[in-house]
Amino acid sequence: MTAAVSPRASTLVGKIRHGDRALATLSAAAVVVILAMLAIIVLDVVRGGARTISWEFVSSPPRDGMTAGGVFPAIFGTVAMTLLMTVAAVPAGVATAIYLTEYASMQSPVARLVRVCVANLAGVPSIVFGLFGLGFFISTVGRGIDRFAYGGQSVYGKPCLLWSSLTLAILTLPVVVVATEEAIRSVPREQREASLALGATRLQTIFRVILPEALGGILTGTILAVSRGAGEVAPILFTGVAYYLPQLPTNLNDPFMSLGYHVYVLATQSPDVEKTKPLLYGTALVLLVLTFLLNLIAIWIRSRSRRRARAGV
Amino acid sequence: MRMASQVTMQSAPARTASESRSLRRRGGWGERAIELSIRAVALLSIAAILLILVFVGKEALPLLTSSDVHREVTFGSLFAPLKEAGGSAYTWQPVSEVPKYNVWPLIVGSVKVTLVSLVFAVPLSVGAAVYVSEYARPRVREIVKPAIELLAGVPSVVVGFFALVVLATWVQDTFGTEHRLNALVAGIGLSFAIVPIIFSVSEDALRAVPGSYREAALAMGSTRAQTVLRVVLPAAGPGIAASFVLGFGRAIGETMIVVIASGNAALLDANIGRSARTITATIAQELGEVVVGSAHYDVLFALGGMLFVATFVVNFVGERIVHGMRRRLGTTS
Repeated sequence: MTAAVSPRASTLVGKIRHGDRALATLSAAAVVVILAMLAIIVLDVVRGGARTISWEFVSSPPRDGMTAGGVFPAIFGTVAMTLLMTVAAVPAGVATAIYLTEYASMQSPVARLVRVCVANLAGVPSIVFGLFGLGFFISTVGRGIDRFAYGGQSVYGKPCLLWSSLTLAILTLPVVVVATEEAIRSVPREQREASLALGATRLQTIFRVILPEALGGILTGTILAVSRGAGEVAPILFTGVAYYLPQLPTNLNDPFMSLGYHVYVLATQSPDVEKTKPLLYGTALVLLVLTFLLNLIAIWIRSRSRRRARAGV
Repeated sequence: MRMASQVTMQSAPARTASESRSLRRRGGWGERAIELSIRAVALLSIAAILLILVFVGKEALPLLTSSDVHREVTFGSLFAPLKEAGGSAYTWQPVSEVPKYNVWPLIVGSVKVTLVSLVFAVPLSVGAAVYVSEYARPRVREIVKPAIELLAGVPSVVVGFFALVVLATWVQDTFGTEHRLNALVAGIGLSFAIVPIIFSVSEDALRAVPGSYREAALAMGSTRAQTVLRVVLPAAGPGIAASFVLGFGRAIGETMIVVIASGNAALLDANIGRSARTITATIAQELGEVVVGSAHYDVLFALGGMLFVATFVVNFVGERIVHGMRRRLGTTS
């Protein structure tokens, strides 16, 4: 049978080989196109922004009706907003992950509900978070604080840094939960048992054995959350961001500028697009560099801690 | 990963009741308080979902109950053709002498842009997922996966800006579209945002197919391509379908890309070469300028509420499909 392959059989083999290669080539082409999409967008923003970027651009405020000067207040606002967001989102996210992995059993209906809600929270459109921030934080919580503590004066019942950050914290909560949960699950069971066997309490085991071991994952989640939060615009549109402010925000109830919103406004509401284009590219580049650096660091930490987990160190 | 904790749980009943009680009692009151607060904080995500529903709903409620609002618009009239003479019966024109609230142009706009984005994103993402899970060497996989994650990390406002200055010009030169900013430009831009999610869910689904399926197919003389097309893809089918569903949910809720690149004219029109206005872009553009508590304000919250419910249902369905498939394939993690 092997000696004489009939011509028909050999064309069949040829056809099959052909089909086999076609699928491999097509699917590889899809990968290439996606990588090209990433490369094109990055290269275009880098090329367009490189001419604008200078020390002055990142360190000075805008001038001449947003056609000259820099974006320092927007960088400051973005950083302040994401820091506040992190302070709120990370402890809550880590606590949720600890609950899901260490306290709740797999069958617990509460834990399952928490899981469903975390997954669905990640899918809520960002503009809905904006509506929520306005309806809940500003109209309800903020106005409530004003009524009771400030005699009806508008102190917290208005768009500001605090409400934007808290809105973003809820939006990024799932990112922290998912990354932390994965990290905690990859801590070997033996370490838990050893700690408990040595007489440690459950909480001591969590704080002294499990969390230090899962630190890489928690850090990854935090960085990804920061990167996500720094780039979001829709949730802060109505909850605190402003187009131009002469002063930097100093209080929680001050409005602030942000890089993403700056790009949005310059791109959609500028009377003279050609004149603002260099500024627009520069701002987009600063935002992209910020989020990309954070993402790359997160990817690096995660791959390192995964490799270590695989090696069993 | 999940296996480890399941083993722990299965061994739990082996512990006697008194033993486990003593383990729980070991900590003091301070410890109990901290544990309690961890449990309480864990409920935050449930609270968040409920609060979103309640507070978005609360601001939209006057649309159903207030007679002041009803003089201008009712929930039913959002969907009914307009009766006034002049202009189309399907017009979204909330800021005019006689405010016109008909949501069909917005729904059509959202669906149009979303479908365009799926047409571009689905073949690319599924193709890439097939390559990464079935053909790529580990080294290649370790480069491609983070790169696609990086694409997910591009802020949507930057994608929107790119669509505005680069894609829009390219699309108009290539297809000669009527409007420079249109559903096609926004849809292509949107595909940048949904490729990562469709890719990662599809790739997870393909990798959840046990190796024994592939080995059996290959052992029976199938080629790699036959194995992929007739065994692996059908087995992973529900997961891949779920990735479309989740991609749809992500696309219909995306705001910044469409608000910058779609042109924002509320036309009831199937032509993707013409300008489109989505539900999300409408909220983003109009809420900043409305009077709090006005009929327009309530309508915008109602739109947000509908969007929330729609994406919630879509995501829930997507998640259920993924879970169902995993359970059937016996790969839980």
